[in-house]
Amino acid sequence: MRVQVHEDDFDPASELDGFGQGADTGAVVTFTGIVRNNEHGSLRAMEIEHYPAMTRTALHRIASQAQARWSLNDVLVIHRHGRLEPGARIMMVATAARHRGDAFQAAEFLMDYLKSRAPFWKKEITDQGADWVAARTEDEDALTRW
Amino acid sequence: MDVLYFAWVRERIGLPREKIETDAATVSDLVDELRTREERYAAAFADLSALRVALDQELADFDAPLQGVREVAFFPPMTGG
Repeated sequence: MRVQVHEDDFDPASELDGFGQGADTGAVVTFTGIVRNNEHGSLRAMEIEHYPAMTRTALHRIASQAQARWSLNDVLVIHRHGRLEPGARIMMVATAARHRGDAFQAAEFLMDYLKSRAPFWKKEITDQGADWVAARTEDEDALTRW
Repeated sequence: MDVLYFAWVRERIGLPREKIETDAATVSDLVDELRTREERYAAAFADLSALRVALDQELADFDAPLQGVREVAFFPPMTGG
């Protein structure tokens, strides 16, 4: 298991180099989150604040829960913070498993929990000003399916 | 104890962290104490349903006891991912 939290960008290809390698791995699922512009195209940047003392522990816990629940050979979670412009990578998860079902489900689980249980807060900076992104009830509801 | 604020809670109160001497038994008691301090605290803690709390970096409830706790953090619902 590997958990990384930093400001710097990352290269998904090199992060996956050697990930989950082993005779037993038959599936690797990866997800990369990108800063999306809004419908007006007025987003200048997304500022991501986090709670450093809690972030790593929270991410480790979420990753451990995924490992306890599905048969995984490896888990990777990367989350950036700081100021990110539209098109920038925000985060990435990867799961390696014997079969794709476990890898896909665990990746979805990780994404759902990262949305609502990892201490990050997003602020949108647009041409009109700055606004904190409100948590969506759909994101909270998504946790109930697990 | 150390009290930390994040996102709009931090902006509304005007600081990221402070040391507070308190005899508050629970998080709710601490919130009540903070609310009476100044208008900016009352504004930040006006609606507890819009807030989350962590005690020593673990998510907790507002009725959780504060005994032995070193760090309390208040923040809005998280928006990671």
